Amino acid sequence: MPGAEIVLDPSNVLRLLAGLGVTVRIGLVSVALSLPLGIACGMLMTLRNPLIRAVLRAYLEFIRIMPQLVLLYLVFFGTAGAWGWDLSGEAASVVVFSLWGAAELGDLVRGALESIPRTQYDSAYVLGMGRRQAFARVILPQAVTRLLPPAVNLATRMVKTTSLCMLIGVVELIRVGQQIIDYNRFAVPTGALWIYGSIFFLYFIVCWPLSILSRRLERRWAR
Amino acid sequence: MSDATGEAPMLEVRGLTKRFGDEVVLDGLDLAVRKGEVVVVLGPSGCGKSTLLRCIAGLEGVDAGEVRLEGEPISGTRRDSALRQRLGMVFQSYDLFPTRTVLANVTLAPVVVQHRDRLEAEREAEALLRRVGLWDKRDSYPSTLSGGQRQRVAICRALAMHPDVMLLDEVTAALDPEMVHEVLDVVLELAEGGLTMVIVTHEMRFAAAIADRVVMLDGGEVVEESDDPAAFFERPETGRAREFLSMFEYKREKGKGTDHED
Repeated sequence: MPGAEIVLDPSNVLRLLAGLGVTVRIGLVSVALSLPLGIACGMLMTLRNPLIRAVLRAYLEFIRIMPQLVLLYLVFFGTAGAWGWDLSGEAASVVVFSLWGAAELGDLVRGALESIPRTQYDSAYVLGMGRRQAFARVILPQAVTRLLPPAVNLATRMVKTTSLCMLIGVVELIRVGQQIIDYNRFAVPTGALWIYGSIFFLYFIVCWPLSILSRRLERRWAR
Repeated sequence: MSDATGEAPMLEVRGLTKRFGDEVVLDGLDLAVRKGEVVVVLGPSGCGKSTLLRCIAGLEGVDAGEVRLEGEPISGTRRDSALRQRLGMVFQSYDLFPTRTVLANVTLAPVVVQHRDRLEAEREAEALLRRVGLWDKRDSYPSTLSGGQRQRVAICRALAMHPDVMLLDEVTAALDPEMVHEVLDVVLELAEGGLTMVIVTHEMRFAAAIADRVVMLDGGEVVEESDDPAAFFERPETGRAREFLSMFEYKREKGKGTDHED
């Protein structure tokens, strides 16, 4: 099949890997920021305070209903237009993906905490455990085992969705691929198949281990 | 309500009233349990017997009246850890900690709450688990155990805290019939050992065998109380007790009747 040289060219390989680096960086930084924010959100959502509940509910629904692309445009172009902020595409992406991750993870944390039966708290209480002890020793370990599989799944979705960042000018994996294809449009007309094929494998290499991890955890903790 | 020696009873409930909304679940209930006594609480479902145990354990607040432990008032849910440790409770649904092994379930509270040495706690757990025949399951997780095994572990977990009083809330209600015996044998052994217990159960033969005293509740009140369980089950004095006990009997209209217990 002609055109394979386009993905064997070392400079193209390096450019694709650099693009993958940007993709993974946005993904990882966003996931890392989502973790503490999401856990805090989730714990706050289990409180009975109606104001906190309403605010977090609105936040979650807003983020869920809006397409990620609209959020990216809103943060990237909106803040520039309204307040003259000069966010880089990557910074805007990290903001959007962290907010998204925090909202979704928050809902997962809330669900995990609320799924622990009331009787587990009762058992801890009659054994003399304090609230903190009960939370740390009894509730949290159970919540984490329920939380991890869907949380890992969320992380893979976040990595995949970073492909949208190219639409606000971030030169990530897919954008790099397009540039290579455009540059070689006449020399290698079949380049698109090779390049997107390689990109497929690069995403696969990043997300496959996460997906395996999620399935393993699910099986191991299916008690 | 002191006993003959003039000492305060181990556990005492006076005029206990508990409402859920408009519904009065416990209506001015009195109960005293002496040290080493086994009191079995019977009654139709919804009579308030589980609520009574939960009020004693501090899992529910009370609307009126009080709960006393060795003369000290302990009503309400805001109890310090030391006080809660004196009342052990075993639930119908076992409620073991699912992320911990059998051994860790039993040693967790002694180590983190009572700050006992881990090895010492494990030695005691070994003795307890051997007693209920589950030492070889020490490294298993609760999900791999049968209901009867889980309930025996739950009893060990409560005993490891050295409670003054054990509260057993329908501990065999969720079990298959063939597993009921293995759990109740353990409870019988505890009674032999002189442990003070308040037991809510629907196992009438077990109740007759283990009880020093039987208390029957209905509508949130004590309708009959007897220090002679055999007599209570043979010849209940009140109509309501007769009616309740007759629910555990089945008779064919024609020919020979068969007695059967649930």
